[in-house]
Amino acid sequence: MAKPRVATASLCGCFGCHMSLLDIDDRILQLVELVDFDRCPIDDIKEITGPVDIGLIEGGCCNEENVKVLQEFRRHCKVLVSVGDCAINGGVPALRNLVPLRECYEEAYLRGPSVDNPSGRIPDDEEIPLLLDRVVPCHEVVRIDHFLPGCPPSADTLWAALTALLAGRAPELPYELVKYD
Amino acid sequence: MTNATITLTVDGRQIETRPGQTILEATEAAGVYVPRLCWMKGLLPFGSCRVCTVRVNGRPQAACTQPVAPGMVIENDTEELRALRRDLIDMLFVEGNHFCMFCEKSGNCELQALAYRFGIAAPGYPFLFPQRALDASHPGIFLDRNRCVLCARCVRASRELDGKTVFGFAGRGAGRRIAVNGEDLAHTDAEATDRAVAACPTGSLLVKRIGYAVPVGRRRYDQEPIGSDIEPAAAGR
Ligand code: SF4
Ligand code: FES
Repeated sequence: MAKPRVATASLCGCFGCHMSLLDIDDRILQLVELVDFDRCPIDDIKEITGPVDIGLIEGGCCNEENVKVLQEFRRHCKVLVSVGDCAINGGVPALRNLVPLRECYEEAYLRGPSVDNPSGRIPDDEEIPLLLDRVVPCHEVVRIDHFLPGCPPSADTLWAALTALLAGRAPELPYELVKYD
Repeated sequence: MTNATITLTVDGRQIETRPGQTILEATEAAGVYVPRLCWMKGLLPFGSCRVCTVRVNGRPQAACTQPVAPGMVIENDTEELRALRRDLIDMLFVEGNHFCMFCEKSGNCELQALAYRFGIAAPGYPFLFPQRALDASHPGIFLDRNRCVLCARCVRASRELDGKTVFGFAGRGAGRRIAVNGEDLAHTDAEATDRAVAACPTGSLLVKRIGYAVPVGRRRYDQEPIGSDIEPAAAGR
């Protein structure tokens, strides 16, 4: 029987949640026995190749590309999980929601203390994804089936949730594994 | 009738209480935890957050302000009330800017602890991301209104325990905010040792230069849900 397929992506996150997944230590050997990875920064597959059983999303949506990737995941994943505070509530990147978008651009490209930009232009190449007016949590863009808070969720949290999902159960985590930090 | 006792029922269980107690005090003495946020031991009850809502003879009442009376039939730990309290906490999160991941109060915060206890994994409402002013003017105290839940614990503690009037409210409705008795916090008689600062349930009022003093895993609510000190047997819900 084919192994369940897992796909992961980091949207507007810092890769901390992916690092936490690697932090499951030697259980990673069990994990590769249990599942096959589809699109994932760890195997560097760039596009989802087919139906996926479990999709893990790190990070919220701060630009149009994040939204497209998230929608791609929703289309292909049977179960989609928001992993970490950024996916669930925007996290640290959502601090910019308190600052007008123009000011963010100007600080990043014109006025910031380490900026050297003689052209005085804000880059607008079409290769650069357009920023959304504010950072939004994933469940405000697509339907999300489960949420694993934490910044990042601990390796134990991720392991407990993954093994539950692979057994066909909803991840019901004990008190000490549900944290917002 | 100082020695008289009053008998009432909480979730089908009879408890003995004393006249003059509030429902919150009476249930707590009997080992029943009624969740609460704006209530704090040693301060006059304020009755603003409604997290302590119970049903008394069928009617919703704030347990922290309602005195006990003979024969009261109280519902506390019911599906309906759990959902109501959960929604209240959920709303407090989305209507402020609560960045737990870098807040010094995380792990010791009562708002967060209530969310943990109620099992809130994700917000049920859209975030508002309001604009709220910080006040870092004081040499020893930091006031971050992004985290304020308007519980008035600082207001009451300043008045009732510190004998000062450092904090108060300004504005109405969604514009209501905590105000200080001066141009900014530095221009008040507030001191870092004030009980008002320690009274804040969230990271809205913090003493500077303490930072993340207690390691993750050993903070107040890391292992045991808020309220488990009152109801040891029910820990873990
Ligand atoms: S500053 Fe703290 S204690 Fe004062 S009203 Fe806000 S949350 Fe309550
Ligand atoms: S604790 Fe009773 S209303 Fe806030």
